[in-house]
Amino acid sequence: MVLINSSLKEQVQLLSKIATNDGHSENSPYFEAWKAYDSDPYHSITNPQGVIQMGLAENQLSFDVIKDWIVHNQSASICTSEGVDKFTDIAIYQDYHGLPKFRNATARFMEKVRGDKVTFDPDRIVMSGGATGAHEMMAFCLADPGDAFLVPTPYYPGFDRDLKWRTGVQLVPVICESYNNFRITRTALETAYQQAGSSKTKVKGLLITNPSNPLGTILDRATLEDLVSFINEKSIHLVCDEIYAGTVFKMPEFISIAEIIEEDIKCNRDLVHIVYSLSKDMGFPGFRIGIVYSYNDNVVNCARKMSSFGLVSTQTQHLIAAMLSDEIFVEKFIMENRERLGSRHEMFTQGLAQVGIGNLNGNGGLFLWMDLRKLLKQPTFEAEMELWKSVINNVKLSISPGSSFHCSEPGWFRVCLANMDDETTKVALQRIKKFALQTLGALEVKPKKLSCQRSLKLSLSFQTRDGIMMSPHMSPHSPSSTIA
Amino acid sequence: MKMLAKKAMCNSHGQDSSYFLGWQEYEKNPYDETRNPNGIIQMGLAENQLSFDLLESWLKANPDAASFKRDGDSIFRELALFQDYHGLPAFKNALVDFMSEIRGNKVTFNPNNLVLTAGATSANETLMFCLAEPGDAFLLPTPYYPGFDRDLKWRTGVEIVPIHCTSSNGFEITESALEEAYKQAHKLDLRVKGVLVTNPSNPLGTTLTLKELNLLVDFIQAKRIHLISDEIYSGTVFDSPGFISIMEVLKNRNLTNTEVWERIHIVYSLSKDLGLPGFRVGAIYSNDDMVVSAATKMSSFGLVSSQTQYLLSAMLSDKEFTQNYISENQKRLKQRHDMMVSGLLEAGISCLKSNASLFCWVDMRHLLSSNTFEAEMELWKDIVYNVGLNISPGSSCHCTEPGWFRVCFANMSEETLNLAIQRIKIFAEATIKTINENKSQEQSNKNSKRKSFTKWVFRLSFGRETSER
Repeated sequence: MVLINSSLKEQVQLLSKIATNDGHSENSPYFEAWKAYDSDPYHSITNPQGVIQMGLAENQLSFDVIKDWIVHNQSASICTSEGVDKFTDIAIYQDYHGLPKFRNATARFMEKVRGDKVTFDPDRIVMSGGATGAHEMMAFCLADPGDAFLVPTPYYPGFDRDLKWRTGVQLVPVICESYNNFRITRTALETAYQQAGSSKTKVKGLLITNPSNPLGTILDRATLEDLVSFINEKSIHLVCDEIYAGTVFKMPEFISIAEIIEEDIKCNRDLVHIVYSLSKDMGFPGFRIGIVYSYNDNVVNCARKMSSFGLVSTQTQHLIAAMLSDEIFVEKFIMENRERLGSRHEMFTQGLAQVGIGNLNGNGGLFLWMDLRKLLKQPTFEAEMELWKSVINNVKLSISPGSSFHCSEPGWFRVCLANMDDETTKVALQRIKKFALQTLGALEVKPKKLSCQRSLKLSLSFQTRDGIMMSPHMSPHSPSSTIA
Repeated sequence: MKMLAKKAMCNSHGQDSSYFLGWQEYEKNPYDETRNPNGIIQMGLAENQLSFDLLESWLKANPDAASFKRDGDSIFRELALFQDYHGLPAFKNALVDFMSEIRGNKVTFNPNNLVLTAGATSANETLMFCLAEPGDAFLLPTPYYPGFDRDLKWRTGVEIVPIHCTSSNGFEITESALEEAYKQAHKLDLRVKGVLVTNPSNPLGTTLTLKELNLLVDFIQAKRIHLISDEIYSGTVFDSPGFISIMEVLKNRNLTNTEVWERIHIVYSLSKDLGLPGFRVGAIYSNDDMVVSAATKMSSFGLVSSQTQYLLSAMLSDKEFTQNYISENQKRLKQRHDMMVSGLLEAGISCLKSNASLFCWVDMRHLLSSNTFEAEMELWKDIVYNVGLNISPGSSCHCTEPGWFRVCFANMSEETLNLAIQRIKIFAEATIKTINENKSQEQSNKNSKRKSFTKWVFRLSFGRETSER
């Protein structure tokens, strides 16, 4: 046995620390639910009792609009007879500036998604391997190993990998709480900043996601202006992940950091950078279209060189350039997409409300931030885990527990709602309702055995009845594909 | 400026090298047959443009793959959503088969050991992250591809220590050179984690000999370090001796599934063999499960577009197509290579004897004004600005001897190549003439100095004036 151990140790030493540590963040127990889904995926006909995936923030609602465009625009593919004469030029083009028409079309699309209230310079657009690659690239450009970024909680679990793993950068949480709907307060920012300082950690920037993942809310003007003044005061960078900008389906209107910057002449623009992608707004995660947009020339130059490590396939650039240059299509898509997201959101929130389940009032993203605090046996993360585990196995819904998003309060869950058809949505809602009623029933029985305090909590909880479904957070990879 | 990371402000991206500067000059004044016939001809970019017609005709004959269809049904949605970093199974299967075919089917590859990356650029960087800590070193034979300075070192903090190869033996890797490099690393207090070779070599255009491959295996066994074999040009071997993959060597030495087996990693890409650099298709092949696992997770930072994976899985699964492509491509490369070599010979310029790749390693030592890198730079600038050819100076490839240049031949039409050769001929003739004139001027200066001294002595001796020539 000793021999085996020492050979494993040797084996580990042959590789780097990065290759053998947990920095990839995939060892989180929450991947159990992914495995549960992968091994038992729901299918309306072949596996109606299977696990429904609600832990994957995909946008599948508007593919028909896109497919229609593709069928009528054969030349957008360099492989069709209409487009093949461009094949050679596209296939050999490896300039890391990207195809000019791709940058132009992307800049224009980003403007349209923001209601034409801002302008983007195509020369500031830098490609990356998805938003995943963009975030890592930003960390490499803006920070040295050991430096830190402040990140408001709850936040997308992938940041732990994207910003930290290979870069050696740290994340310091800015705690946001439910009492004020998880708004980012100046107090919370200052606390986090001081905390970093006291451990002699140099803060290089603040990373925000707007619209928020997992909250599904947008930042209001006052908060955005406060963030801008904070970063200017501290002379740190502001990285705004606006990957869900096109998913805002109802008022209030989305305000991009670009809008704030254009209005605020005092702001040091060299500190502001935007991360974007077409994975959520358009539903193209497979095409790996990530964008870094920086107002800082040096960052643009550096990021461009680094983009060599994750350029967008020119085949894809060509397709996207054609698609996003079609202004009529873009307008139609944005509108249609918003409408459908809105309807789906409405369907969900109403369905949940019928069993007394509430959620944070949001108007963007591809998910709900569901409030199941009152269904916990105790207000602890252990109770959250217990509930979540039992739901994967019994209710067979894969949703993501708040703790995987570093939420400071137990009992919140992210539920994705745009990655399934209407029928599946109905099935999912049915399951939640049934479970909620069952669980609540069970909890109502239990109060006799519990302490007074507990009974008090439970009787208060009668108002909102939540079903709890458990699933992991967004995995770095999608479930097994049906493509051969 | 302190606001950015050190990485953002240093030169480790390597783009101030003459290799990249030459490209910039080309961009400012690119040759075009009709619009800019006096422009600079790009010979510094190792692209394979010789066989696109084969790809295009396959596409025309296979419309389904091209237009997101499988058996006539649209699979657009599935592809658009597919972001599994394990890659499209059909694509990986087709890719390993293609890799096998290139190696004459003498070795087979397991698709589960293949990791897809955004080009070989990303593959090489990812392997560094997996195998080395910041401050560790990899040994690389010189001359080597300038991009390695960025890919292996920039964001990883890994160092490169050169294994010096010289023209005395055709730049082959020797045991003493390996040992010397290893010692040098230790002198610099660097821990050596492995050796990285490019086979076929960039910029030499030669395949590693069996002797060199065995030497490498012995060396990494003795030192217990890794060996990365960048085989990105494996499909461009057009002449004997054939290509011997590192996997073949291990197999023949019965080293399969031994300890050293797990320390061998291959990097591949479709940028050179198929001429598709724009599609960003790279791969790492490793026999070490932990490396495969770590690299797979890291590939999240640079996955291959599913659209591209799907197209290429269809193309590479067509065995008739791949067999024909591989052999036709090699024929055309050979023809182009021979054209370049004979053309240069007529200009009195020789090349290192090569059997692969998209370029020649050209010997212009005799055109240097002095045996120095300054003279090489002078010559290079002359060639870029006055002759109008962007070629890559050996110093940018870390060659230890001045006077060698990498010249690409597969990224232009035959007419353009002929024109380039004509330009070189004129330039070479003129340069040699100037050199000879300088030499004889120097000689006659020396002679006349001697003569006048003799005359002076004579005058002194005989007190008579003598006129000088």
